[in-house]
Amino acid sequence: MSAPAPSMYSPKAKQTAENLGLSMGKANLEIFAATLQDLATQDRHILAVTSDSRGSGKLAPYGQALPEQIVEVGIAEQNLVGVSAGLASVGKNVFAVSPACFLTARSFEQVKNDIAYSDNPVTLVGISAGVSYGALGSTHHSLHDIAALRAVNNITIMSPADNYEMQEAVKAAAQLASPVYIRAGKAPLFNLPGNDPFVPGRCRVVKDGQDAAFIATGETVIHALLAAEHLQQTAGISCRVISVPTIKPLDSAAILRCAQECGAILTVEEHMVNGGLGEACAAIIAQSSYKPRFKIMGIPDEYTVTGSQADIFRHYGMSMEGLAESMLRLVNN
Amino acid sequence: MYTNEQLTLKSLQYRHNILRWIKSAGAGHTGGSLSCIDILNVLYNRILNVSPDTFTSPDRDRFVQSKGHSVEALFVVLADQGFYDEKELESLCAYQSHFVGHPTRKVPGVEQNTGALGHGLPIATGMAIGARKDNRNFRVFTLLGDGEMAEGSNWEAAMAASHYQLDNLTAIIDCNSLQISGRTSEVMNNEPLAEKFAAFGWAVSTVDGHNLTQLSAALAAPLQAGKPSMIIAKTIKGKGVSFMEDIPKWHHGVPSDEEQIMALKEIETAIAKLTEGSL
Repeated sequence: MSAPAPSMYSPKAKQTAENLGLSMGKANLEIFAATLQDLATQDRHILAVTSDSRGSGKLAPYGQALPEQIVEVGIAEQNLVGVSAGLASVGKNVFAVSPACFLTARSFEQVKNDIAYSDNPVTLVGISAGVSYGALGSTHHSLHDIAALRAVNNITIMSPADNYEMQEAVKAAAQLASPVYIRAGKAPLFNLPGNDPFVPGRCRVVKDGQDAAFIATGETVIHALLAAEHLQQTAGISCRVISVPTIKPLDSAAILRCAQECGAILTVEEHMVNGGLGEACAAIIAQSSYKPRFKIMGIPDEYTVTGSQADIFRHYGMSMEGLAESMLRLVNN
Repeated sequence: MYTNEQLTLKSLQYRHNILRWIKSAGAGHTGGSLSCIDILNVLYNRILNVSPDTFTSPDRDRFVQSKGHSVEALFVVLADQGFYDEKELESLCAYQSHFVGHPTRKVPGVEQNTGALGHGLPIATGMAIGARKDNRNFRVFTLLGDGEMAEGSNWEAAMAASHYQLDNLTAIIDCNSLQISGRTSEVMNNEPLAEKFAAFGWAVSTVDGHNLTQLSAALAAPLQAGKPSMIIAKTIKGKGVSFMEDIPKWHHGVPSDEEQIMALKEIETAIAKLTEGSL
């Protein structure tokens, strides 16, 4: 289709990852599909519902292994969500799987009314979220999904940063008797360090530090970690890195600890800066007595630049180098 | 099992109650509640295996009122079924009441929260697929409005219900030919509905939506094995109150004090005539 996407990581970033001893994992989409298949094998009530999205959701092996536990609705996202609500209401444990861009926009009213308001415990899996689809353009980007769903009552928003977080998010969603939205990207991800277990509604400390904090979510967390390591090595700045696998409800205690203990906070997300993680953190901090320096990194409110996910990350300063530079400026100002 | 005469009396009483509760709330969808009340009467008193005692059973039939704005009709029927005391409707649309102006599951007996149009048929389709997955024999019913058929999501679900051969699904269109801004044929013509659903692979039956015998026959069993059933119920908006019948302004018009007296009197006269006849 096109030339191979330029690497997400510069040679220097790769070296930093190596210094940290990070291993490369799989794409979170593959982990989602494999985890769901494991769970569904043990529980016949688990169903995947797809809108011609079996392939893009990496669910072809699931569909072959468990043909009775997958429901296809065709390219009809409103019906995807409505049918999923109906299935959940009669006792099925439903994972509705569709590209995030369509799932959270085309069928937003079904998500709001049929899932959240009606309290039908469906897990919505937004595949290839953020700018995963890169050069396919804005029709295929979901830079609005966090903002849109933050404004809906009764839905948990999960945004896993690596394979461990994704696996645990899928398991947690299968257990939760309430609506969940999970963001899933399709780029292979480094496995993150840190001993904090995944707990729904809680942040995870990926790296400790006292001078400044990166608060990041999803596929940007690794870049924040690499930037923190880079700053430690080159500038002697000790940065904390917080992964936010659950954006709603947000772990305000962890955010406030950063505000209290670190002088500068930089938030990072693969989402428009309007209404996302950064603004959620800003609201918590502004209503506290802490006044750290604060900056939101994400996709700005403009016509998104054309390019691969890596190109777009670099363009908007969300690579290791870009984040390190922004944090340095924030700390020194 | 109710006789036709008993059901006819219930329809009249339901109409009387709908008008009284709309007047007491000062708001409501009068015309559509009066057009669909005979359909709800037949469903709840003859067809659905639903009662306060069976409402938590996984084998109960499911009813989703997609045309949620006609909620007063549903609330009146659910009260009559014993889901709650009808006096609770005194709080209809009031501060902190569960009796909102559209169906919510906070009200006992309501299956799904509805109100935005074009949502009931996809949800009912999912319920019917779920019944199949678990080898359960319950039937799923949904009530739509004819104006509502302009919503594209209905046609997505119509395709899927046919694709999955859901003969455990029955949709009913309360075809009263009016919507908020005028005649459906003039606002956005969606006829011929029967032919459209037949082309989508549904078994279709067109009935008089105020004829309890015809409704009972059409709803008693799936129309055809292997196909979802569509009942096109030809109705009159505002049915039962002559000055409201087929007049668009009664979509959500609330009668004045004088109009209310006239409307109730017309229904009371019909009740008296019916009960005298049976004596």
